[in-house]
Amino acid sequence: MLGLEAIELTLGAFRLRVDAQVPRGQRVAVLGASGSGKSTLLSLLAGFLVPEAGRITWQGRDLTRMAPAERPMSILFQDGNLFPHLTVTQNVGLALRSDLRLTDDQTARIQETLSDVGLGDMGGRRPAELSGGQQGRAALARLLLQDRPVVLLDEPFAALDPGLRTEMVRLLTALWQERGLTYVMATHDLRDAERSCDRIWLLQEGRVVLDRPVEGLRDDPPDALRDWF
Amino acid sequence: MAWTGAALTALVLLAVLGPLLAVALAAEAPGRLGTADLAAIRFTLLQAALSALVSVLGAIPVARALARRRFSGRRLFVALMGAPFILPVIVAVLGLLAIFGRAGWLNVGLEAAGAGTVSIYGLTGIVLAHAFLNIPLAVRLILQAWLSVPSERIRLAASLGFSDADMRRHFERPILRAVLPGAFMIIFLICTTSFAVALILGGGPRATTVELAIYQAFRFDFDLGRAALLGLIQAGICVAAGLLALTLMRGGDMGGGLDRPPLDWPGDTPRARLVDGLAITGAGAFLLLPLGAVLLEGVAAVLGMPALVWEAALRSIIVALGSTALAVGLAVPVAIFAARGRGWVETLAALSISVSPLVMGTGLFLILFPVADPVALALPVTGFVNALVALPFILRALIPELRRAEATQGRLADALGLTGWARLRLAIFPRLRRPLGFGAGLAAAFSMGDLGVIALFSAPGAATLPMEMYRLMGSYRTDDAEGAAVLLMLLALGMFWVFDRGGRVDAGS
Repeated sequence: MLGLEAIELTLGAFRLRVDAQVPRGQRVAVLGASGSGKSTLLSLLAGFLVPEAGRITWQGRDLTRMAPAERPMSILFQDGNLFPHLTVTQNVGLALRSDLRLTDDQTARIQETLSDVGLGDMGGRRPAELSGGQQGRAALARLLLQDRPVVLLDEPFAALDPGLRTEMVRLLTALWQERGLTYVMATHDLRDAERSCDRIWLLQEGRVVLDRPVEGLRDDPPDALRDWF
Repeated sequence: MAWTGAALTALVLLAVLGPLLAVALAAEAPGRLGTADLAAIRFTLLQAALSALVSVLGAIPVARALARRRFSGRRLFVALMGAPFILPVIVAVLGLLAIFGRAGWLNVGLEAAGAGTVSIYGLTGIVLAHAFLNIPLAVRLILQAWLSVPSERIRLAASLGFSDADMRRHFERPILRAVLPGAFMIIFLICTTSFAVALILGGGPRATTVELAIYQAFRFDFDLGRAALLGLIQAGICVAAGLLALTLMRGGDMGGGLDRPPLDWPGDTPRARLVDGLAITGAGAFLLLPLGAVLLEGVAAVLGMPALVWEAALRSIIVALGSTALAVGLAVPVAIFAARGRGWVETLAALSISVSPLVMGTGLFLILFPVADPVALALPVTGFVNALVALPFILRALIPELRRAEATQGRLADALGLTGWARLRLAIFPRLRRPLGFGAGLAAAFSMGDLGVIALFSAPGAATLPMEMYRLMGSYRTDDAEGAAVLLMLLALGMFWVFDRGGRVDAGS
């Protein structure tokens, strides 16, 4: 269980107050308009920001003051997931060693993972030589190698065209089924939430005003969500 | 409007290329180059290369510290980094003399400690002055590349557990590889055309630049053929450096991002914090102490300055205002012409930064000499050349904003059927106020502080303030020179402020 226990954070005039849980293996979409606090919430979970009050826990373990790299979480951004001066293999290899002094075993593991995401013959390329979808898959390969149980997705589909969006949803779903990961995904698109998550949190002015399963959402949309349809 | 822009663009090109052509036609055969001239060429390249190297190496730790630290006064510090760009060079040099000169604070301290003295004249002084003037530019160029790194990537580094060494490897080195060659070349170019520094701190067989040799050929030997030949060589050096700088100038290759707010720097250590603190303190002291010394020693002397200085100040103000009006008057139609898909005008404008004002002055002297007394036209010629020097900077500020205005208000104006002057006045000009104010401020400050062309042409009784200040320094009237420096600094920075501020008032976002 990923716990956000009475979390409070103030950033200028904005105040975030969240108290919620994500059961292990569940996929939660954090939905909200720009400025509602979605990315702030993800930054708190990732450890980029520290709350003024409350605790963040994973399986009962307190993560609140833990550095980002020590948390059981990996993160996928909308953009900026790859270093442009490194090859695909090196970018993926950062998950194993940040100084890239990789052993033969580690290099073999990277190659295997690249093959798993369909980039087996592209390890020597730089990000600029890949399509948007291939870049997304390279970032996913790194995420696979990081092998952390919680995945934070910060508007992962916002910059993708409909074809790539479908491909990424398919890859993330397959990954979730295979590894039983826990997802927390920030998005402003209800369709993305419906396609790739089990549960929805609607964030308004820093507060979760709705927490319910995605299933049946369109049959009986709650008032808070009516504007989104 | 299009034909006005085209005609004025052609006129500006003619004004820049005409003097260069005059220099080329009057130049003697290269065989007449003496040993001293060859030494001047070697020295020009050496001092420019060393100055550029010291400037970029000195800038790296300061830019790194500013990129990864947030502290109160940081914005002011970054703004101060822009000041040397508009500071009259002669004031900067006087400030450095107050600290590192024969009777400067450093030598007084060294003597008191029984450690001998250091000399600021020659190569050391020229490199020191160029470092003072250009470290801030290098810091801004490197910092700009640092700040273009998407914050997502820094967050990614934090989540991957990057150490200080990893940050250097995956962030700093790629940024420096991308930005340093261009920064080095642009500073190299600036240092090849830095006449005032060489005039005050150089000279003699071992520290004469090509520009200084041109000046000496003019003023001491009146050997126009040799001056033109040296002018041609100087133009060659500058154009080559300019082309290289234009090719190498590019930002950091770190891609785009969503501009999330900044956060703590991954891999931070107490040692890194100490190094950053030292870099910022050291750079602050290096930049502020000389200016502080000028103010401290010159303020009291301002009121007691001779009438000659005040008259020179008035002449400088008139020349600067005239030069600014001409620069802005030329820039607006040329920018409108360039913004409509004529990228080559922008490239030419960028390249024209590499034309040495002293060579342009030499060419104008050669053109005017057979038909008029160039000395009698010293002030208009100075204003004219200063306007041409400022023009590329104003165009650089204007053209991108003009393109944005055309893409937004321009379309709306077209849809509403606005044409001609009404379209410009109502839809486009309101968006140009800020860059125009900034550009006019630069033009005024450049002209106020110019000690280049005026040195070639000026006669006693018609000097500008920097020229008069140089004469006071040459006749060892240090108090009056320091007073003049304070006045010059206030006038240059004040004029920049007034124009820049004027562009911002009621300009909206």
